[in-house]
Amino acid sequence: MLEGTLIYGFINSVILMLVALGFSVTFGISGVANFAYGALYVMTGFLSWLGLNALGLPYWIAAPAAVVITAAVAALIYWFILLRVRGLVVSEVIATFGVGLAILELFRYLGFIGFEYTLPPIIDASVMIGDTYVDAQRLCIVATGILLAAFLWFFTHYTKTGLAFRGIAQDERTALTLGINGDKVAALSVAFGAGYGALAALVILPLGTIAVNEGYNVLVNALAVCIVGGLGSTVGIIVASFLIGFAQILTATYLETSWMMLVSLVAILAILVIKPSGLFGHQKQLEERI
Amino acid sequence: MAQRKERIDRGIKVRSDDVFVLTSWREMLYLAAPRVVPVVALFVLGLVAGPYWERVLISTCMFALLAISWDLLNSAGMVSLGQALFFGVGAYIAGTLNHYLGLPPGLTIPIATIGGGLLCTLALLPVLRLRGIYFAMVTLILPMMIERVIEATKIFGGTEGISGLSTLGNEHLEFWLAAVVVFVALFGFRRMMGADYGLLLKGINDNDRAVMSAGMNIYFYKAQALFMASAVGAFAGAFMTHAYQFVGMPVFALDYSMIPIASVAVGGMGTLAGPMLGSFILVPLSELLRGLGGLRVVIYAVILVVFTVGLPEGIFHYLSRKYNQFERWVGVER
Repeated sequence: MLEGTLIYGFINSVILMLVALGFSVTFGISGVANFAYGALYVMTGFLSWLGLNALGLPYWIAAPAAVVITAAVAALIYWFILLRVRGLVVSEVIATFGVGLAILELFRYLGFIGFEYTLPPIIDASVMIGDTYVDAQRLCIVATGILLAAFLWFFTHYTKTGLAFRGIAQDERTALTLGINGDKVAALSVAFGAGYGALAALVILPLGTIAVNEGYNVLVNALAVCIVGGLGSTVGIIVASFLIGFAQILTATYLETSWMMLVSLVAILAILVIKPSGLFGHQKQLEERI
Repeated sequence: MAQRKERIDRGIKVRSDDVFVLTSWREMLYLAAPRVVPVVALFVLGLVAGPYWERVLISTCMFALLAISWDLLNSAGMVSLGQALFFGVGAYIAGTLNHYLGLPPGLTIPIATIGGGLLCTLALLPVLRLRGIYFAMVTLILPMMIERVIEATKIFGGTEGISGLSTLGNEHLEFWLAAVVVFVALFGFRRMMGADYGLLLKGINDNDRAVMSAGMNIYFYKAQALFMASAVGAFAGAFMTHAYQFVGMPVFALDYSMIPIASVAVGGMGTLAGPMLGSFILVPLSELLRGLGGLRVVIYAVILVVFTVGLPEGIFHYLSRKYNQFERWVGVER
């Protein structure tokens, strides 16, 4: 019982981390809070479903194509919408929120509701860890989570684009004097974040069906983890997702499943009272980026 | 030759705005017309509309209140993505008081207005310490969470909601009350924003550190603005609860957050009248588009994005510019 709780708590934490990572990366680099994140996440699911079922493509084409299209859409959103309102917080938030809503509700309108919208698991098997039955897809999620987090660290420290990301995150004007085009890098960062979300969608969505409402849930979860961990702090995201993830599974085990959503609410309120900029928020209270 | 457009205030505006030399009927009319015409128009519309459109007008007034409350918050530097929170809290307070304690609407609506305002202010108090998108994020999350909590704990009727609540009496009374409240809120808050107090709130939006260094406790003033805005939202919720005789989870739906923001985007921020104008365009439009079903939300979202990016000033600013200023092309020296 305890062992199972620990294992599933760990898996749940990694799921939360995967979901929050993309949102946080974009915000940390370009300061854009991408409220269309949940919609892009769900869009990846539907795109790869369409690729697999409507076009009959093999998985190794359909899934990467969905990720690439999602990232491209995110870059286009930045280039044609966000670029024009960059720096105006209200407009940025409203515009991304509006785009996300339009995408999600369009899917709902087009009738993408039902149990047939599922993605195949990458490995269809199950293993026993100790006495606990765990399917391979969940192990796949853990592996992806660790890989993506490690890749993020490697990417932002050892590649030219990654260094440019950190450059504009620290000081956009100084970065500009060093020949880094802030707009292009910011567009890339939005696409990068959306790509992370898309990869997360590919490994997480096979656990259930692809539902439009999942887009809102994902956004809420990502926001909750980001608030608790501190916006833009990757370490904070990892710590916060483990805190909330384990707390959720413990609540589900010892209380009731329906109370799971309450955990993140309580966590948010608690953190806002105790340390409003989040556990690892490196910005001071009044110097929030926007 | 290069040209630019020059905009100059009309003489009549200058004379009637600052100097207050109202020497003619024409100048008084110039000042009064934009204020009186909408009031008269709304009441006349209410008289000539049939029962169905009268109900549409009532809900339009409530959305206008939500939009005004959004704009008020925004003027004090708080971007809300969850007007549904205020609306829903007000609705549930009125609904439960009426259902479980049997209080009449005459009592539940005032209690829900004040109580809902206090409750929302308390809930959002921790966020006021942070600037920027934190407020937006928390207001987006809260209504969705409350919806889940009600679903999970099955309190207040759970997913079914509470129906069979008492009404305000007759339809015309409802409409008159809604219209009067909307105009009181509009003109009252416009007056307030024009006074020193409003200047302070705008100062918090523009540069909160400057206001702090002037010795003002910005959190106290932010909390006051939040209370006013959420009380207005809670009133709308309580009123609609009694108008529909039902309260349930849909009061926390995204529509109630979305339509006010779209109204503000269409009407123009920072004027309070713009948001009201916006909701009087959007809500009746959505009634006409009822046949489209789910596509309506998509249309709203697209309107929202187009106006935010393409016409950020909104319709009201455009109209007021045409009314108060004349434009001419002048040559530019190179």
